[in-house]
Amino acid sequence: MTAIVNVFLKEGVLDPQGKAAHHALDSLGFSGVNDVRIGKQIILQLDSEDKTKAEAEVKEMCETLLANTVIEDYTIELN
Amino acid sequence: MKVAILRFPGTNCEFDTQYAFEKLGHSTELVWHEAEKLPTDIDLVVVPGGFSYGDYLRSGSIARFSPVMKAVTAYANDGGKVLGICNGFQILTEAGLLPGALKRNNNLHFISKHQNLCVINNDNAFLNQCTKGEVLNIPIAHADGNYYIDDKGLEELEKNAQILLRYSDNEGNPVVVNGSVTSIAGVCNKNKNVFGLMPHPERALEAILGSEDGIRMLQGFEN
Repeated sequence: MTAIVNVFLKEGVLDPQGKAAHHALDSLGFSGVNDVRIGKQIILQLDSEDKTKAEAEVKEMCETLLANTVIEDYTIELN
Repeated sequence: MKVAILRFPGTNCEFDTQYAFEKLGHSTELVWHEAEKLPTDIDLVVVPGGFSYGDYLRSGSIARFSPVMKAVTAYANDGGKVLGICNGFQILTEAGLLPGALKRNNNLHFISKHQNLCVINNDNAFLNQCTKGEVLNIPIAHADGNYYIDDKGLEELEKNAQILLRYSDNEGNPVVVNGSVTSIAGVCNKNKNVFGLMPHPERALEAILGSEDGIRMLQGFEN
């Protein structure tokens, strides 16, 4: 099973990279962009075929290491 | 005083830190990250600056799981004094030994320069040789020094006098350097035995190199 983890800075925590990219898009004439957030994607290949178990495991990985929950939120997608 | 100085793969300020404490007349011991125990009879653990594990994932996020950090956590929980400088500060926040987190600088640049700092609280084991409101000139060199803490956490820091230093102008007024919440440059834990700061006091020991304000900072631990 593959787990796709997306980690982003929390709403309300200023994302300086997103802001810089937003500014660059504006300068290039791409109007109508309200906000840009830049995160990172972590792709995990798992042994487990049990979705519930895998989700719990990946959640623990996120809480322990993959995200810093003081400043970041994460989403988990399992395929 | 005996000082244990940690080394992780990618640490690069351990020898400067060692030089600093030995210049002040203390004995030091470098401790490799795989050590499961700290040396006996130490008075202070320093987590020095650098780029532990290449800053992969997040600065300090891998180093905090090193065997030696278990020993440091136990030492700190037992009341032992711990100082994290730059990457050491990042490691201590990742380890949960200090509140908050350090994000990428708001201008996305690596900032390396001498910077004025205002002493906010000095009733602690670190800054007791400095006076409240005093301005110190100490080098900074970091890309991820943008201190973040939520409003509730900030209130706690203020209430418990945990804010050690703020980036300032030469009169002590806060200035924006890297985007840190209220210009915070250093904090301590609630028990005031774990300290972290982005600036490098170990690089400010000789007037000929720009500043000797670091001496009084590091001497605080002698008391």
